[in-house]
Amino acid sequence: MLDFPRWKKIWLWMVALVIAAAAIPSLFSITGEPWPDFLPDPEVNLGLDLAGGSHILLEANPDQVERQRLESMEEAVRGALGNAEPRIRYGDFSSANGRLSFLLEDAGQVDAAREAIQPLTSGAGLTGQRDWNIRVVDGTRFVITQTRAGLDQAVTQAMDSATEVVRKRIDALGTREPTIIRQGDNRIVVQVPGLQNPQALKDLLGQTANLEFKLVDTTALPSDIEQGIAPPGSEIVPYAASSNTPGTSIAVKRLGGIRGDSLTNAQQTFDRQNRPVVSITFDQQGGQKFARLTSENVDKPFAIILDGEVLSAPNINEPILGGSAQISGNFSVESANQLAIALRSGALPVDLTVVEERTVGPDLGADSIRKGLIAMGIGSFLVIALMIAHYGRFGIYATCALVINVLMILGIMAVLGTTLTLPGIAGFVLTIGAAVDANVLINERIREERKRGRRVFTAVENGYREASRAIYDANITNFIAGVLLFLFGSGPVRGFAVVLVIGLFTSVFTAVPLTRMWVAGWLRKARPNDLNI
Amino acid sequence: MRLLKLVPENTNIHFLKWRVPFYIISVLLIAASWALVLTKGLNYGVDFAGGQEIRATFTQSKDAPIAELRDQIGTLGYGDPVIQRFGAPNEISIRVALPESAEGKPGAAEAMSQKIVSTMQKNYADLRVDGVDTVSGKVSGEFRINAIYALVAAMLAIALYIWIRFEWQFGVGALFALFHDVSLTLGMFALFQLEFSLQIIAAILAIIGYSLNDTIVVYDRIRENLKKYRKMPIVEMLDLSVNETLARTVMTSLTLLVALIPLLFFGPESLFGLTAAITLGIFVGTYSSVYMAAPILIWLGVSSNSFVPVESKVDKQEKAARGES
Repeated sequence: MLDFPRWKKIWLWMVALVIAAAAIPSLFSITGEPWPDFLPDPEVNLGLDLAGGSHILLEANPDQVERQRLESMEEAVRGALGNAEPRIRYGDFSSANGRLSFLLEDAGQVDAAREAIQPLTSGAGLTGQRDWNIRVVDGTRFVITQTRAGLDQAVTQAMDSATEVVRKRIDALGTREPTIIRQGDNRIVVQVPGLQNPQALKDLLGQTANLEFKLVDTTALPSDIEQGIAPPGSEIVPYAASSNTPGTSIAVKRLGGIRGDSLTNAQQTFDRQNRPVVSITFDQQGGQKFARLTSENVDKPFAIILDGEVLSAPNINEPILGGSAQISGNFSVESANQLAIALRSGALPVDLTVVEERTVGPDLGADSIRKGLIAMGIGSFLVIALMIAHYGRFGIYATCALVINVLMILGIMAVLGTTLTLPGIAGFVLTIGAAVDANVLINERIREERKRGRRVFTAVENGYREASRAIYDANITNFIAGVLLFLFGSGPVRGFAVVLVIGLFTSVFTAVPLTRMWVAGWLRKARPNDLNI
Repeated sequence: MRLLKLVPENTNIHFLKWRVPFYIISVLLIAASWALVLTKGLNYGVDFAGGQEIRATFTQSKDAPIAELRDQIGTLGYGDPVIQRFGAPNEISIRVALPESAEGKPGAAEAMSQKIVSTMQKNYADLRVDGVDTVSGKVSGEFRINAIYALVAAMLAIALYIWIRFEWQFGVGALFALFHDVSLTLGMFALFQLEFSLQIIAAILAIIGYSLNDTIVVYDRIRENLKKYRKMPIVEMLDLSVNETLARTVMTSLTLLVALIPLLFFGPESLFGLTAAITLGIFVGTYSSVYMAAPILIWLGVSSNSFVPVESKVDKQEKAARGES
């Protein structure tokens, strides 16, 4: 047990020193010293609760994707039936509870109708997956429902492109090193370090930026609009809170408008009266549509609608042929700029809601690090003092093991690129208090063995052997608790689990084989007849 | 140099003499804890209740206008805020739980947070927002479920491990001791209505880990002594095992405490709850290893005779371990 061949000694020292050395760049960065560029620099990442910054969890509502898909399917089905030769006559078209249904007027056209709709039901790509099911009930009623697989795929696609849009918008804000990750089926995690104004970020991400231009229905009576009654073919849209007339609504024509999703550019500029506006440029196709819409409706008002709210409803004074336009809407420079960013990055395919936010200012984070280091320093000092007072030379060995242990934890965290959070600091303190337990167990056992009259060598050997069993059992059970905390925990609490679990491995390594090597070396050299323990 | 001895040598305290009254007290405490949790309830923080918590500093004032703030936020219609000092007298934390009307509205927490922050910023020019936590009802519900999973899974997995390594009686004993620790910690949080957050779940899992540390050390010694002293009556043998490991128990609890107590007084405010819970748990866990985990072995019928087949298994493992190193 106390024989240490040379290769084993070299090996133990190597492991300890190499891993501990990996902690050095992190120590430099925590204390603010510069680290030479030419050296490798694995560094512990500081969590947002220590470095300052915002963690924002965005959630999309899958029902919205389902509704949108149903709407576009309705349009497609109507189109397919209308374009069929001979024309398929139908009535009682309804779209509710996630399904479409309509009634054929002529029972003889069931096969023709089925043939017309069939191409619309298979999914995109070559997987042969079906996105929609068609059933015919009572001879002439068609019921079209979405398949689970089709819907799931649509949600996944929507989330993928939403993540892309979120990334573009955050990049446009110019924040450094943002982390944007899709989580689960319908969530996106955004982490931005050192952010000064999380509200601007949230506003930007909360804006779907679905821009529409629709003609105003001037035939609608103001009294009807007030009651929410729209003329046939029109709908009531409220004015935005930021517009000139918040709280009122306007009737616009449902069809014949264009969507602002085919933009090549959007910029915050000023109009002739020096008010902030957003200048947009359409792509070629969008520009042509816009030119047609404006040429056909000169002297009529059209509404600029953003996310279901009217920004403004200016008159079309002349055809706009150049493919660019200005959006006015009582903007401040800031809000116009924000809209420009949102439009440039494209509309979000789904609305995103902030369901969790954790923001820590940089001052609070720095304060936490300072206080954590102070507490850790005092705690370490007390633990070391207690160990040396209690076990003398063996306490010094335990202390050296503890120092290497702390460095090794930091080193492993740096190499693995894990994140040190505020609860992680508590994990460090707890590990400092608990890591010496292995040495306590060993040393108490050596004491006992000596008390029973065993010779020095035998006592030390028995001490290490008999204590090892309990040490391993205790650490494995702690490991189980730590892993479960990591699996079920969230955010900063995971940082606590990371430190604990890494600390279990390193503390077993430093407290058992490493101290045994030192003790064995001393015993061989000094050959003591008695132990002061 | 004379070394410090915290526990005198050769102690012979009859710990298990009082096992029945202690057990009755402990069972009553467990029952009382659960009664408190069920009747009084836990004071959920934003993690579990949803809502928002703001930490802010009044940079130009000596004291934070807590009463004034309470009125201002109270009139916003989200219910009464919990406002506490958080560090220096001009630093505060404001916690507002999500009102019931927000159920099923994922954006409600965020909207509420924005309104409260903007109201405060309007009224106090020197206000600096240091941190905001906003959690919607759905996310907080997931945190609750995950917390329960984590605690139950940890206890069962650990009991299973002990059962495999020792005997089923030891697994049951360890599980019961852990249940005792978790119950009493929860009871304490219900009694004093301390804020119960995700960090406290981390603390409870740490308590589970360290309480078990103690239990395993005592059990390991019991197993060893069962092999060594075949004729010794079980109660006497348990007492001997506890006494033999007493110096270690005291020393380790002490090193943990001296490491944690500075964190309690000098550490960041945000870690106070976590540290306090673990500190408390060290006392409860040490007690439970001696008075919960050990005596239950008597009632579950552990004796040196019942260990004969196990003995050879352990020997084999030891030999294997020796062969390797």
